Amino acid sequence: MANMAQAIRMALHYGETHLGVTDIFGEDVGMPLGGVFTQTQGLEKSWNSPLDERGIIGMAMGLAMAGARPVAEIQFADYIYNTIDQLKLAGNACWSTNGDWNLPMVVMTPVGAGIRGSIYHSHSFDAVMTHIPGWKVLLPSNPLDAYGLLVSAMQEENPVMFLPPKALMRIRGEEPIPGEPEDPRELSKMIDAPLGDRSKWKARWPELTGYSVPIGKGRVVREGSQVTVVSYGRTLVMCAEAAKQLAAEGIDAEVIDLRTLWPYDWDMIKASIEKTGRALFVNEDTEVTNFGEHLIRRTVDELFYKLLAPPRLVAGKFIPGIGLADNLERASVPQQDEIAQAIRSLAAEQP
Amino acid sequence: MSRPRLVGAAKPAPSLAPELLVRMHDLMVKARVLEERLIQMYKQGDGYFWIGGPGEEAFNVPLGLLIKKGRGPEYDFLHFHYRQSATLLAMGEEPIGALRQMKNTVTDPYSGGRNLAGHFSKREWNIVPVTSPIEVQYAMAPGTALAQKRLGGDAISIVTGGDAGTAEGDFASCLVWSSRPGEELPVLIIVTHNKWGISTPSSQVQGARTIADRATAFGIRNKVIDGNDPVVAYRELQEAMEYVRKERKPFLIEANVSRLYGHSSASGANMVEGEQDCITAFEERLEAGKILSRKEMDAVRERWTAEIAAMAKLAREEPQPAPESIWNHIYWEGK
Repeated sequence: MANMAQAIRMALHYGETHLGVTDIFGEDVGMPLGGVFTQTQGLEKSWNSPLDERGIIGMAMGLAMAGARPVAEIQFADYIYNTIDQLKLAGNACWSTNGDWNLPMVVMTPVGAGIRGSIYHSHSFDAVMTHIPGWKVLLPSNPLDAYGLLVSAMQEENPVMFLPPKALMRIRGEEPIPGEPEDPRELSKMIDAPLGDRSKWKARWPELTGYSVPIGKGRVVREGSQVTVVSYGRTLVMCAEAAKQLAAEGIDAEVIDLRTLWPYDWDMIKASIEKTGRALFVNEDTEVTNFGEHLIRRTVDELFYKLLAPPRLVAGKFIPGIGLADNLERASVPQQDEIAQAIRSLAAEQP
Repeated sequence: MSRPRLVGAAKPAPSLAPELLVRMHDLMVKARVLEERLIQMYKQGDGYFWIGGPGEEAFNVPLGLLIKKGRGPEYDFLHFHYRQSATLLAMGEEPIGALRQMKNTVTDPYSGGRNLAGHFSKREWNIVPVTSPIEVQYAMAPGTALAQKRLGGDAISIVTGGDAGTAEGDFASCLVWSSRPGEELPVLIIVTHNKWGISTPSSQVQGARTIADRATAFGIRNKVIDGNDPVVAYRELQEAMEYVRKERKPFLIEANVSRLYGHSSASGANMVEGEQDCITAFEERLEAGKILSRKEMDAVRERWTAEIAAMAKLAREEPQPAPESIWNHIYWEGK
């Protein structure tokens, strides 16, 4: 099974050969490095940009305006903050011109904690990004979804923000990418760049397909009847594990992987909460004006009389950064035991 | 601090065909009348805010006349700022659009009543959305230029901004991205230098001798010109464009211009003392050269005053956009 970095690489290769992607660029995106997570190794349309995030997003906007199909990368979400101007402009170009312009461009940037990255390699970006209208915002939790969401993103007529979790980049999936060889060692031989001199190396790509995950559709990862747990990205994996663990205690939690943060799958969330009457939202961004807070507000607005307990949020602590020491990181962002405890307590709560 | 050296002014002004001079004069007056009407609309309560380019006509009109106009990378891409109504008029745009945008009517062709005066957008002519954040356009121009360079042909990307905004990092981004060794891009980088950033004089901000000097450090050819002289502006723009079109490399023009009505309505939008008026100066030369008589030039102004007043009257009577339309065009709906 491919890991997420390989899945992204294969999706981008499918994009450059089948979907008209013209540019895959950013800092260290081209060879010989091919991305700090290896996610752009061996791609034909990849190139190295100056170390200038505002320039990278500006370049993507210009390319999109001129009919190209760019995929731009900001190396870590921690460094995307100085591009907020351009992200806002890309998001409002269509609206502010009353529908005259559209920008088909993808920006990808790895998010979240979990790699012991300290203050500037642990940032999340979903809370800020869901405050910028005009974009579609995708956040995968496994390699197959990363592939399928990216394939959809590269066919969009609007700007798309693709936010793979840093800590999941090296994690293998449970389901294969259509076309990848069964043996992960074989895949590695085909598409992972060798150590040392890479000047003559070329990837041998498997026969890939246009498998896609529709934008705006969540996935029920685990069906359950007592509590609805809505998450995405790195914390989704923890939620699924916690739900599995709690099943042994007789607690039956339903877990939804949102996959798209905007526009999100409210129908799926609503149907689940109507069934369970209990809702827990989990993500690792800081908890104040967090995207989960919006979901709670909507849950209260629309489903108040269906609820058996107050909807809850487990999210990152509202502190200026994530400290390097293991104790500090674990105390700053949600951990599986904390999530399990939240589900347990919600399941026990009675009106 | 002394005024930047005017390279163009050192030479005798080359002549242009009389028909072109007459056409430029007509467009300059038309643009001035339009801006003055926009200011009047603002002052009469027919708009919330005015910002524009009276005083920059001598530069903006020749620029508009020299653009390769059309849609897509085969044509020039235009990353303008909010002082370029004269460029649009020179490209053939109807003035009523600017009046409609001032009045924020549903018929406003640039934003449907959503954006401020002078914030043009016209995809049909590659005019990318003009935005209020200063200088962001400089970071986008290399993107359209890269697509144009790959395509071949002679289309270029033209980006315009003011002197104050060159303090922003996006201006440096433009210099870096358009001059990467072996990957130079066909960008005509324009800075209209009006000596002000709202109320802050450039002499308190700009340590460089000229803004154009910054291009030299990147190996980008550059020139400081007198943007108040339409003949100089035409010739210099023509030469710079020829270079960018042919060599597929960037060129920076710093044009010294006037700001006749201040920054915007926020500073009153009243005529400022002590600024050179490019139209007055041009008209003196046209009269002395017997290209146009005073009477003929007065007639031009009267005609545009009447026509644009009639257009403003029309725009004033048009409806505002409907409230429920706020939900339209968040995403692309096709066009």
